[in-house]
Amino acid sequence: MKINIPVSKAKQLALHHTLKLSENTIAKTTMANNIITDFADVLLFIRLFIKETFSRKFEVREFFHQCFAIGYKSLPLVSVTGFIMGFVLTIQSRPALVSFGAVTMLPGMVAVSLIREMGPVITALICAGKIASGMGAELGSMKVTEQIEAMEVSSTHPMRFLVVTRVLAATFMIPLLILYADGLGIVGSWFGANIKGEVSLVLFFSQAFSHIGFVDLLPAVIKSFFFGAVIGLVGCYKGYNAGRGTESVGKAANSAVVLASLLVLVVDMIAVQITDML
Amino acid sequence: MKTNQSEELVKEPVKTDTKEAVIEITGLCKSFGGQEVLNNLSFKLFNGENLVVLGKSGSGKSVLIKCIVGLLKSDSGTIQVFNQDITKLTVKELGEVRQKIGFLFQSGALYDSMTVKENLEFPLRRMKEHVNQKEIDEKIKDVLENVGLADALDKMPSQLSGGMRKRISLARTIVVDPLIILYDEPTTGLDPVTSEEISLLINDVQKKYKTSSIIITHDIECARTTADRLIMLQDGQVYEKGSLNKFEKSTDELIMAFFK
Ligand SMILES: Nc1ncnc2c1ncn2[C@@H]1O[C@H](COP(=O)(O)OP(=O)(O)O)[C@@H](O)[C@H]1O
Ligand SMILES: [Mg+2]
Repeated sequence: MKINIPVSKAKQLALHHTLKLSENTIAKTTMANNIITDFADVLLFIRLFIKETFSRKFEVREFFHQCFAIGYKSLPLVSVTGFIMGFVLTIQSRPALVSFGAVTMLPGMVAVSLIREMGPVITALICAGKIASGMGAELGSMKVTEQIEAMEVSSTHPMRFLVVTRVLAATFMIPLLILYADGLGIVGSWFGANIKGEVSLVLFFSQAFSHIGFVDLLPAVIKSFFFGAVIGLVGCYKGYNAGRGTESVGKAANSAVVLASLLVLVVDMIAVQITDML
Repeated sequence: MKTNQSEELVKEPVKTDTKEAVIEITGLCKSFGGQEVLNNLSFKLFNGENLVVLGKSGSGKSVLIKCIVGLLKSDSGTIQVFNQDITKLTVKELGEVRQKIGFLFQSGALYDSMTVKENLEFPLRRMKEHVNQKEIDEKIKDVLENVGLADALDKMPSQLSGGMRKRISLARTIVVDPLIILYDEPTTGLDPVTSEEISLLINDVQKKYKTSSIIITHDIECARTTADRLIMLQDGQVYEKGSLNKFEKSTDELIMAFFK
C-alpha cells in the first residue's frame, strides 16, 4: 500500500479529463458526421423515390389500399379536430367582434382563418402524429422482422411497393382530409355561434363562403399537397431506414412524428412567405 | 440412451455421387464498416443435399446466405448459383436466379398485414407470370397440406404460434417451387418437440421437392436430423467440414462445444 493517494488521484482525474475530452471531441465529430450522412441518406432516399415513382410499373392496388388506410381511417380523428377548431375559434373571437359591432362578420372571419391557416396546419400536425408515426412503426417493424427483404426476394421492389404507394397516397389524401376538416370546422363554428343567437346552418355556410375567394383556397390547397408529401416521405424514410433491433421500431415512429411535425411548420412558413410575395 | 436416440435420428445420407455443385462460393469476403464478417470463405453445395452450416451467433451465417441471394453485396469473391456468378448479374438476371432460390428467414418474415392465404399468394403472383386463380388456390392448398396446416388459410400471422409461423413461412418458401432452399435458423426459438417436427419437415421437403438446401443452425438436434454434410464457420472462414460422424467424433474444442 502506498500513501501517495492524492498524487495518483490527481493523475486519475487528469486521465479521466483527457479521456472525457477526447470522448467529447469524438462525440462531436460523429454527430457532425451523422448529420451529414443523414442528409445524404435523405437525398438518396428521395432520389430513389423519384426514380421508382416514374418507373413503368406502378402498384395500383396497393396505392388504393393505402389511400383507404390513410384517408378513411383518419376520418374520426380529423372530424373531431376540425369541429373543435371551428368551435373554439368562434367562441374566442365572438367577444372581440361584438365589441366592434361586427358580429355579422363572424362566419366569414372564421371561414377565412380556418381555410387559410388553421385547417391545413392543425390537420397536418394531427396527421403527422397519426400517419407519419404509423408509417414509421409499420415499415420499421417490417424492416426489423425481415419482411422488406422477404419482399425483395419475391421479385417485388420494396421501394416501389411500400414507399411510393404510401407517399403518393399521403400526398393525395391529406389535402382531402384538410378540406374535410375545413368543412367540419365551419359546422363547429355554426354550433359555437348558435350558443348565442340563432342562425340556420345554410345561412351560416352561405355567409361563410361569401367571404372566401379563390385566393384563399388555392394557396391553402397547394401547401396541403406539400404537407402530405412531407408526412409520407418522413414516415417512410424513418421506417425504411430503421436499425436492426426491436427498439429501433419505437425510435423510427417517434422520430418520424417529430421530424414530420417540424417540417410541416417549416413548409407552412415558406408557403406563407411565397403567398405574401404574390 | 442419449447416443442411442441420436443414432436413431441420424438420417440416411442422400447420395450426392454426381457431385454436381449448385452453389459454389470462392473467396467470399464481406465486412461492415471495419468489422470483417466473412473472410475468404469458400464451399460448395451439391445437388440434392442438405448442407448444415454451424457457427455461433454473430459468426456471419445470416450474412452469408443474404449474400447468396444478393440481399447483401459481397465485397469480393464469386458466388456461382447454377453456374452464374450472381455478383455480376443485372437486376433482371438476379431476379431470374432468385426465382430458383427459396429463403426461409430467421424471423419468418410473414407479412403482418396479410392473411396466411395472401402471404402465400404474394410470391406466387409476383414470381410466376400467367397463373390463374384456380392454379393459385390449388397450389396454396397443396403446400399448406404439406406443412400440416390446411385450416390456417384465413388466419392472420399474429394469431399463429411460433411453430405454426415457421410452417407457414416454409409453405411460403416452397410455394414457388424453388430448386434451392436457404434456411436461416429454422428451429431457433421453438420448443424441442416443435423443433423436431420442423426438422423432419425439412427432410420431407428435400425428398418431395428434390431440393438442395443450406440449413443454418446452432441447434445440434436439428443438424443431426437434417444434415447430409456439415460445415462450421469460425472467424469468417470454413473451420471444419465433413460428415456428421466426423463432427461427432471430433476432438476439437470448438466443435465439441457444439456437440456435447
Ligand atoms: N446489415 C448489417 N449492417 C451492419 N452489420 C451487420 C449487418 N448484418 C450483420 N451485421 C453484423 O455481422 C455480424 C454477423 O451477423 P449475422 O450474420 O447476423 O450472424 P449470425 O451468424 O448469428 O446469423 C454481426 O456482428 C452483425 O452485427
Ligand atoms: Mg443469423
